[in-house]
Amino acid sequence: MTTLLILTVLVLVAIAIWQMTKIFELSQLRAETSRAEIANDADNNSNGYLMFGFLIFIYGITIFSFAKYSKVLLPEAASAHGGGYDTLMWVSFAIIFFVQTITQALLHYYAYKYRGKKGKKALFFADNDRLEFIWTIIPVIVLAGLIIWGLYSWTNIMDVNEEDDPLIIELYAQQFNWTARYAGEDNVLGDASVRLIDINKANVLGIDEADPNGTDDVIVKELHLPVGRKVNFMMRSQDVLHSAYMPHFRAQMNCVPGMITQFSFTPTITTEQMRLNPDVVEKVKRTNALRAEWAAEGRPDSDPWEFDYVLLCNKICGKSHYNMQMKIIVESEEEFNKWMAEQKTFAETLLSDEPETGAAPVAIGEAEEILEEVAVEEVIEE
Amino acid sequence: MSAVAHNHNDGHGHDDHGHHHKETFITKYIFSQDHKMIAKQYFITGVLVMGFIGIAMSLLFRMQLAWPGESFPILEAVLGKWAPDGVMDADMYLALVTIHGTIMVFFVLTQGLSGTFSNLLIPLQIGARDMASGFLNMLSYWMFFTSSVIMLISLFVEAGPAAAGWTIYPPLSALPMSQPGSGMGMTLWLVSMAIFIASSLLGSLNYIVTILNLRTKGMSMTRLPLTIWAFFVTAIIGVISFPVLLSAALLLIMDRSFGTSFFLSDIFIQGEVLHYQGGSPVLFEHLFWFLGHPEVYIVILPAMGIVSEVMSVNARKPIFGYRAMIASILAIAFLSTIVWGHHMFISGMNPFLGSVFTFTTLLIAIPSAVKAFNWITTLWKGNLQLNPGMLFSIGMVSTFITGGLTGIILGDSALDINVHDTYFVVAHFHLVMGISALYGMFAGVYHWFPKMFQGRMMSKNLGYIHFWITAIGSYGIFFPMHFVGMAGVPRRYYQNTAFPMFDELTDVQVLMTVFAIITAGAQLVFAYNFIRSIFYGKRGPLNPWNATTLEWTAPQEHIHGNWPGAIPHVHRWAYDYSKTYENGDYIIPDQDFVPQTVPLQENEEELNH
Repeated sequence: MTTLLILTVLVLVAIAIWQMTKIFELSQLRAETSRAEIANDADNNSNGYLMFGFLIFIYGITIFSFAKYSKVLLPEAASAHGGGYDTLMWVSFAIIFFVQTITQALLHYYAYKYRGKKGKKALFFADNDRLEFIWTIIPVIVLAGLIIWGLYSWTNIMDVNEEDDPLIIELYAQQFNWTARYAGEDNVLGDASVRLIDINKANVLGIDEADPNGTDDVIVKELHLPVGRKVNFMMRSQDVLHSAYMPHFRAQMNCVPGMITQFSFTPTITTEQMRLNPDVVEKVKRTNALRAEWAAEGRPDSDPWEFDYVLLCNKICGKSHYNMQMKIIVESEEEFNKWMAEQKTFAETLLSDEPETGAAPVAIGEAEEILEEVAVEEVIEE
Repeated sequence: MSAVAHNHNDGHGHDDHGHHHKETFITKYIFSQDHKMIAKQYFITGVLVMGFIGIAMSLLFRMQLAWPGESFPILEAVLGKWAPDGVMDADMYLALVTIHGTIMVFFVLTQGLSGTFSNLLIPLQIGARDMASGFLNMLSYWMFFTSSVIMLISLFVEAGPAAAGWTIYPPLSALPMSQPGSGMGMTLWLVSMAIFIASSLLGSLNYIVTILNLRTKGMSMTRLPLTIWAFFVTAIIGVISFPVLLSAALLLIMDRSFGTSFFLSDIFIQGEVLHYQGGSPVLFEHLFWFLGHPEVYIVILPAMGIVSEVMSVNARKPIFGYRAMIASILAIAFLSTIVWGHHMFISGMNPFLGSVFTFTTLLIAIPSAVKAFNWITTLWKGNLQLNPGMLFSIGMVSTFITGGLTGIILGDSALDINVHDTYFVVAHFHLVMGISALYGMFAGVYHWFPKMFQGRMMSKNLGYIHFWITAIGSYGIFFPMHFVGMAGVPRRYYQNTAFPMFDELTDVQVLMTVFAIITAGAQLVFAYNFIRSIFYGKRGPLNPWNATTLEWTAPQEHIHGNWPGAIPHVHRWAYDYSKTYENGDYIIPDQDFVPQTVPLQENEEELNH
């Protein structure tokens, strides 16, 4: 009620002020027209110089940002295609900075050089076909080069195939965590669908229990990859859109409920090697210095950090989107095999079919019928 | 340089529209059908009110990003239960990001910008009494007002406003159990946008019909000022693409409320399987971006038109390459409808489609480059009158180049993989369409304020303060942001503390937030200047900037029908600035411009049109 009263009073005050200004306005004699708010030579001069200063500011903030923030950029790419990606990125940046430097210089220098002066005559220069042809054709040539190079890389990166005996891994996304499923001994993933999820039996990924390919699948919460072997990721999501973003590998693909998306890369640098990379060593040092400060202030979660590859969610997915991650460990073939041998297979983790007394949820019985069709469709897609 | 109003009355008596209706407060200020009043209504609702809210929201979440977990009493004061003990809730963070995007893109930069200037300038610059349909125009504004009110109401529903990002991708936006904002908040968002789209369509159709049919005698299409060309083409892309968003919204409403499966399939959430089967979120992405991409050109084209006009007037030179400017507007408009897939390179769509969209996307750099070079050449050897409008025009070209160049990286499907949905994208589009479009809008406000408010002018010194703080602040916010994105920080993260690899970016976040607060403060200077000048602004001459276009021949007092006598006729294009005879004398002695109403003089060469 008080809020309403206050609002009413505010509205009335506003109306009163408005009416008063209206009266004030009407009582004024029609003022002479004035040129006071139009730029004069002094304004042109001062703003012309400021334009030149602004050019220096743009260069300054560019140099400052590069000097101060280059170190925060991602370290050397840890995947086979990443090197080519980075090269294309730096070439594009070189072109961008070349164009940026020149055009900003022309724009602001002209703004300074041709600042207005009373009595000065501007040049009536409305058209020049040759000039316009030049600055149409130059972008055409440069962009044609970039397009061809970009498309060549894109086609190579996105070509997910079965050559070179790739390791098959499913990345499974849900609010707000990741699960990985290895295809096991046979390197073939068992069919799966959200309609087969059976929490009571610990079948959280909805793997088809009847599919023999699925029995040896291995479900884990930490992604281990053998260095030097191609990995084909099959991605699923059970609820909303997520995006599997692995910045150190220059890899990203959305996870879409209802379909399986794919991405493929070959990790080339093990976690151990990356931790010895000079850029990473420096970054860890800086970060830990900062974290030590925070720990001294008593902030939580400020323990020293050790570098690890990481998988982030990069598509808005709800409240804890900002903390949906999974650790990635790249290791030698032997270490990987050793780790894999320690993991339980799906068949081993599946709880026995003894439902605790009481019927299983009705929906699941119904769903299973529909489900067989879905599973068939998915096989075709794969 | 004296401002001479040339009135060439050819005695077309039937044009006369001098008679006056008795107008009440309601018909004059509220349900007005006069385009000038509707323009002001758009500006005040769209820019002053919605813009204030949109920018204020960005400050709140910038504070959260810079100082995560810190307690700010102001947050609790503004957000109430969404900021217990002054620490923002994660759901509220997403809601603020979502509504900030929605308000700035649609309400401020689409209807706020287009609605204001299309309404104000189309009839005045083409020489028409009013819009083709004043009634539809009024309806368009009031639908816009209604949709604004509904959007604001959605901020107060119990579970919070829509929070799925301004792109509202399902299933997140479709399933109320996936986040609180996808309940009532999202329903209101969809209703508000459906009304908004209707409003935008009514407006656009009106603009198109008016420009095609109501041009005064002599005003051929190639004599139109570039502002009108830009508004015209903007309206066309709006008519082509907004209906597609309406269909996406309707199908989403069906999925949400009537159990259909257009966008949903195979969903297991909160312990149960949902019945949805066979839909695809990727379909929604296609429909959304079929509008969403042209939308960014709907935002930037009017700004480009305004900048072309303001820059030419203040450079005292014709715009360089008038026909190339029109051709590039048309090329951008055409290409804008076939590039939407570059938002979806890694959405799971076929990579071959990605290749096609990379090709079309990079093509759009060509007309954009032509425009930038033409603007720079327009400044060359000019006599630049550095009024606030001119400064914002130059600033717009600067941010458009800086922001546009990084588009070469994002438009390249291969390079997009690692920067997609990171802060690199945020930096790119804020510079190229956010800041640039706002600069275009400010240029227009400073330039045409006298036309909006009976010849009163805004204070130039406050304008200079506004420009220089904004110019430095905008680069201060968005330049370092590219580095945050290149470091791999995803957008729409409530805080970056869950990843130690982002710890050392805290400094950058603080720097950007400080710049954001300062820059937002400068916008208050603008708001003050605007409101004060409505009442106390000094009255300038009839044609304060010595412009050639028709609007400056209309009297300062607003009258229904714009011109008291006959509508002036047009005899030349809009850019005869500093035109001389071969002997170097100005066409009109001692005056460096020739209004469009002046007939071709003897010995005068007609150029370019």
